Amino acid sequence: MRLATVPYSIPAIILLLTQCVNLGFIQAAPKQTINIAYLTQEQAIPAALSNLDPFIKDKGVIGAELGIDDDNTTGEFTGQQFNLKKFIVPLDGNVVDTFTKEISPHFQFVVVNLPAQPLNQLADLPAAKPLLLFDVGTRDDALRNEECRRNVLHILPSRAMRADALAQYMMKKRWTQWFLVVGPNPEDRLYAEAIKRAAKRFGMKIVAEKAWEHTYDARRTVQSDVAVFTQTEDPYDVLVVADEQGQFGEYLDYRTWIPRPVMGTQGLIATPWHKTHEQWGAVQIQHRFLEKAGRWMEEEDYGAYLAVRAVGEAATRTQSHESRSLKDYLFSDAFALNGYTGTPLSFRSWDNQLRQPVLLAAPRSLVAVAPIDGFLHPKTELDTLGYDQPESHCHWDK
Amino acid sequence: MKQKALKCFLMLALTASAQAETVFVTLEKDNALAVVDPIEGKLIKTVPIGQRPRGIFVSPDNKFLYIATSDENTIKIIDATTFKELGKLPSGKDPETFALNPAGDRLYVSNEDDSLVTVIDVAKKKVLKQIKVGVEPEGITVSPDNKWLISVSETTNMVHWINTKTNTIEANTLVDPRPRAASFTADSQQLWVTSEMAGTLMILDSQTKQIIKTIGFEVQGVTRDKIQPVGVVIDKERNRAYVALGPANRVAVVNAKTFEVEKVLLVGQRVWNLAFSPDQKRLYTTNGTSNDISLIDLDTQTVTKSVGVGTYPWGVAVKP
Repeated sequence: MRLATVPYSIPAIILLLTQCVNLGFIQAAPKQTINIAYLTQEQAIPAALSNLDPFIKDKGVIGAELGIDDDNTTGEFTGQQFNLKKFIVPLDGNVVDTFTKEISPHFQFVVVNLPAQPLNQLADLPAAKPLLLFDVGTRDDALRNEECRRNVLHILPSRAMRADALAQYMMKKRWTQWFLVVGPNPEDRLYAEAIKRAAKRFGMKIVAEKAWEHTYDARRTVQSDVAVFTQTEDPYDVLVVADEQGQFGEYLDYRTWIPRPVMGTQGLIATPWHKTHEQWGAVQIQHRFLEKAGRWMEEEDYGAYLAVRAVGEAATRTQSHESRSLKDYLFSDAFALNGYTGTPLSFRSWDNQLRQPVLLAAPRSLVAVAPIDGFLHPKTELDTLGYDQPESHCHWDK
Repeated sequence: MKQKALKCFLMLALTASAQAETVFVTLEKDNALAVVDPIEGKLIKTVPIGQRPRGIFVSPDNKFLYIATSDENTIKIIDATTFKELGKLPSGKDPETFALNPAGDRLYVSNEDDSLVTVIDVAKKKVLKQIKVGVEPEGITVSPDNKWLISVSETTNMVHWINTKTNTIEANTLVDPRPRAASFTADSQQLWVTSEMAGTLMILDSQTKQIIKTIGFEVQGVTRDKIQPVGVVIDKERNRAYVALGPANRVAVVNAKTFEVEKVLLVGQRVWNLAFSPDQKRLYTTNGTSNDISLIDLDTQTVTKSVGVGTYPWGVAVKP
């Protein structure tokens, strides 16, 4: 049983908050302050497939800001103040420098929106050991297995979780014969690996696999390319595409040799968040985000929101700002985070992955939410997605 | 001829049901109100009511229905017999849940997107005050002694105790994650609050504002994740309370004296809100995703019937 009754006195709190601000938030204030850093690096603008979706520069950061707003509304009633400081390293800047000079001396909680390699580079720094890094940028299974780090918590679902979500749905539909198309990038191969693992796990069959080697320009020969490319010796039920950057996957639908649906990174996608999602109070946060950002919430925003809310929830419940007691709480049975997906979210103790439902979404309709009904698990059905405890290769050496 | 017979039959059905109680159900996706005769176990008719109707109350004199039509950003005043619209209340944005005070002259609305509770003077149709509360206020109720207005915020995980005389927050109780509904016992001594994420029911003492008991639920063959308590009602004698368990598709029967869970009753899918019959011999449930309501006989504690009403039944209210 956890409870706290808090006498209500807004003037007193406002007075204290003003004092905190005046002191500068790094110095200890009489009321508890919890400081969270948000670290990312500017990205080169990728080549656009079409002009439909503008490049979003601030993916992630607005989610973190919304999270801080929500933390502070709660904080008004509990006497806690949450601060978010954003560190956006320029394209040619040095992430490690920023981290060691500006972040690690002052912050215990860092939301990191970076690729796998720099993320673990930071995690391995001695200065990062006592910190908690919330990874809101990667989906790599290696980071949750062989390359896992004790001080890194992964918010977004891994590729394995996404692939398992798709596999569960296809099993339900009895679309058991898959044709796998793999793009040219290393990420595409990782996604394809996750698809193969999921196929094996759920008894699906990959009847054909091909690498996409054609053009990336829709105006050229796509029409004939795809038709020829999608002829296979064995019949298949579904075309599964692995194209994380979206270079060609969108061209496949409606152009295949035989009429077959497309899923994977395009067509029906597996994602932690989607604009079509409205259930379980999601409509409220979609509205609030849209109002704040002027655009829909992307999965990095959702991840950053959850990371900041997880810190807030732990701080509120423990009435503490120490990373140790907050971490204990985050991994306790009591921790239950609301992710607007109908199931309480919590961390897997064996690989620090946030356990969560995965949405299966078409561009304008939410098709299903995994775990799909009927996929059972002795502890929680959420653990039917991704690497379960007995399968994990994470050994916490670091 | 056939038509005439049908008309006659409908007339008879209507007269018959005029003596019994009437159950009103808002249909979120049909933009309509379902009118059900619970004794006959029949849907009498469906009336268009406005965009995305959710919260519903019958006025204390049983003359009016108040219905939140969320996408029209208003609460409509509807004649409880003719279903004509009589007026609108300035509810603020996206009203979902609301509460009436016992006298029926004040109406309190949760404005989820703005973290506000709007206080409305019903007779003047005017906003008296907007009270800043936690993130995403949901459950809202007034104590039968009219002392406390309770607002429950889902994302802040808090019960706010608002003094109904001053309309200011006097105390806050931190509760289990994603609290949904709150109901007072008839003597106003206890506040019962459900937590959707923790899957619990908490009983708070109105004097100390502290949790005196937390109850968990177990349903055979249903994992903990699926047990998501939403609506809760307590009978007048405080013998039993009934809790809708959401996607567990069950209503739990709780002994309100010993706090033991006595039984779980299988109802429709994603059971959401609950309402007693005026004599408290029956309980009605809205089942969000199976598009029906369940009728429960409380003497025998059995589900006697389910009645199909329309898409996404949300709120339920009963007129004697």
